[in-house]
Amino acid sequence: MKIRSIKDLEKTGIEHRKKLYYPDVIKVNIGMASCGIAAGAKASFEKAVTEFHGDNGIQISQTGCLGFCEEEPLVEILGTGKPRVIYRNITEQKIADAIRGYMGRNFNKKWILGQMRDPLCLLENHIDNPVEGVAKLDGIPFLEDIPFYNKQKKIALRNCGYIDPDSVEEYIARLGYFAFLKALNEMTPGEIIEIIKKSGLRGRGGGGFSTGYKWETCAKHEGERYIICNADEGDPGAYMDRSILEGDPHNILEGMLIGALAIGSSRGFIYVRNEYPLAVKRLITAIKEAEKYGLLGDNIAGTNFSFHVKISTGAGAFVCGESTALMASLEGQVGRPRAKYVHTVEKGFRGSPSNLNNVETYANVPAILLKGPEWYAGMGTEQSKGTKVFSLVGKIRNTGLVEVPMGISLREIVFDIGNGIPKKKKFKAVQTGGPSGGCIPEQFLDLRVDFDELTKVGSIMGSGGMIVMDQDTCMVDVARYFLDFLKEESCGQCNPCREGIKRMLEILTDICDGNGKEGDIELLEELSVMIQDFSLCGLGTSAPNPVLTTIRYFRDEYESHIRDKKCPAGVCKALFHYEIDAEACNGCRLCALKCPEEAITGEKKKLHILNQDECIKCGICYEACKFDAIVIR
Amino acid sequence: MNEATPIKGDQPDEIDFMELDNIIEMDFNNDPENLIMILQAIQGRYNYLPRPALRYIAEKIDVPLSQIYGVGTFYSTFSLEPRGRNIVSVCLGTACHVRGGERVRERIEESLNLTDGETTDDMRFTFESVRCIGCCSLGPVVKINEDIHGRIGAAEIAETLEKYE
Repeated sequence: MKIRSIKDLEKTGIEHRKKLYYPDVIKVNIGMASCGIAAGAKASFEKAVTEFHGDNGIQISQTGCLGFCEEEPLVEILGTGKPRVIYRNITEQKIADAIRGYMGRNFNKKWILGQMRDPLCLLENHIDNPVEGVAKLDGIPFLEDIPFYNKQKKIALRNCGYIDPDSVEEYIARLGYFAFLKALNEMTPGEIIEIIKKSGLRGRGGGGFSTGYKWETCAKHEGERYIICNADEGDPGAYMDRSILEGDPHNILEGMLIGALAIGSSRGFIYVRNEYPLAVKRLITAIKEAEKYGLLGDNIAGTNFSFHVKISTGAGAFVCGESTALMASLEGQVGRPRAKYVHTVEKGFRGSPSNLNNVETYANVPAILLKGPEWYAGMGTEQSKGTKVFSLVGKIRNTGLVEVPMGISLREIVFDIGNGIPKKKKFKAVQTGGPSGGCIPEQFLDLRVDFDELTKVGSIMGSGGMIVMDQDTCMVDVARYFLDFLKEESCGQCNPCREGIKRMLEILTDICDGNGKEGDIELLEELSVMIQDFSLCGLGTSAPNPVLTTIRYFRDEYESHIRDKKCPAGVCKALFHYEIDAEACNGCRLCALKCPEEAITGEKKKLHILNQDECIKCGICYEACKFDAIVIR
Repeated sequence: MNEATPIKGDQPDEIDFMELDNIIEMDFNNDPENLIMILQAIQGRYNYLPRPALRYIAEKIDVPLSQIYGVGTFYSTFSLEPRGRNIVSVCLGTACHVRGGERVRERIEESLNLTDGETTDDMRFTFESVRCIGCCSLGPVVKINEDIHGRIGAAEIAETLEKYE
């Protein structure tokens, strides 16, 4: 069926909303994004399919990721007149019991994460509220009342985990493509741009440039204009774009369609990282589905507007996240950035005006059109409107993707949503912004997170990676780690970046190896200024940030590496050794059994001895000991 | 990435040029803009980029071999040398790094006696490091072929590798 009007959309929407919320069967939705699959969701899915094969009363479906990665695999079970229950850690061994338990109204309450009262952030005020009629389960919190979710506001992630990403119908059921058709039928390009400008939406890929203004500038330049989606999510520790592409691909297509209307484009490109094969697969399906409904292709909805989308994959180059490098790569070239005295909105891909936005940026666009720019601008801070998705990872209890209003404090994110640091360790820093960002220490935990506040403390928003570090993280090693990353990823065409990063890395490696000298810190600072000032593209100009922020906030760690030849965190191998604490060791033999070098000896229930000559400092004993008897000296 | 690896001599692989035609023409329309994806498809087929295939593409889509070599060496996923039957990728994203990814890498390097990008003599394993595969909640992560091993400790490496022939 081809969609030709809002009426057609409504019809499809109502039909599938029923299937989504009031199915005739017991519906089992298994979170099948990459993270879920890696945690065992695929095995659970296959087990459920085999176990209930031929049972017409049960339907096993896939959804995207609900964001609470720590508890994956997440499984939702629902049925008309029954509660909607989210189970956590549902592995292959548990899935059949969870489903049978649900059907027999014996809900295995220990396995339940919460019950669903869909936030419906976009559906409210638009249609009948589908929550009515869902039974409530006593003593079980609603998802949005548990600490991980209760400060979140889902806009970009609004459909992730709620729909089958391969089903355009389910996307439509949650008001998908309504914003696009409204824009197509009722708005001029200028009006669309005005709405986006008014919403205050800024680019979510890192730069934070005003999206509306970018569209406006691109629309002014003559030539065949292109809409490009940057899905080359390269910042290590950031995976929100992957989650959106895998969980809600139509949202991106709709965002691009609206962008195409605004700037007057008929060709779109999505440049996806090679490491995200599932995202590519889901996008291909989404494009085919949208074409089937006449929402992509020629003469969309019977108008003279046509739009075609092509997917291109990268091949493992961090620098291709930079706009000019990305466009070179799209052309089949080596992905080297160029100087931007002529912007890509004027001359970009194929030398034509090209508008490039990040995945998360596009994901916000349909919502803004549906609910209005005032609604969006009503969230966030003065200069940073709306919400931002962060990937909360590293040394944190509740790992996952969190979407929060701009302006929330780091403390709320780390300690309320993230539930703090595991194993009673002490918080040390949060790293934001990937290799271009910096490390933010404890003293700034009450910082209101937005574009400008993060810049003030020497870091950046970047694409939203938030890596939590504890007392076992060595900040000098972190700086060395990022420079090692950037040395590998520098494209090599400009001297300051290619040579400067290498020299800085040499100095940092020396410091970590115990060969640091007085004056090294100052030399690092001097080199940093040079690289910032003279590099060609953003990769180089921001490369020193991790070094500068760690020097700024953790100078004492650098000094103890250089002067005392000690690594207080016990990471830099040349600068520490393990010892067995005679008082804490109870002779359980675990460390001796696990040591790959047989460097630990001792009899059961007697103090163990670590032979320093044999020890390779692999850390296996340190991780294994349950009594904190292995200590760093 | 900025250190180029030299192309070694022609590999003895039999190249099926009909199949190459299918990839280049049917799937990718002889379009030079699709070069990266053509190379990916060929690497998917042969496990690496055989030199005769590169020469063939150059003629077919009318792009100088030098440019194809440039692309083949610039992007980290391409390999100009044959790779092992099992590709062991250790994730060195920041989240994995702070959770002990470096130790996992060292254990793999010691177990296989390889450094980044190398292949064992019996072609059983190729070892690579990758930058973030987006499974940060499971860090440290090791990917072997398509299997993701999450929350892996340095102590479990040897046993895990044993499972792959």
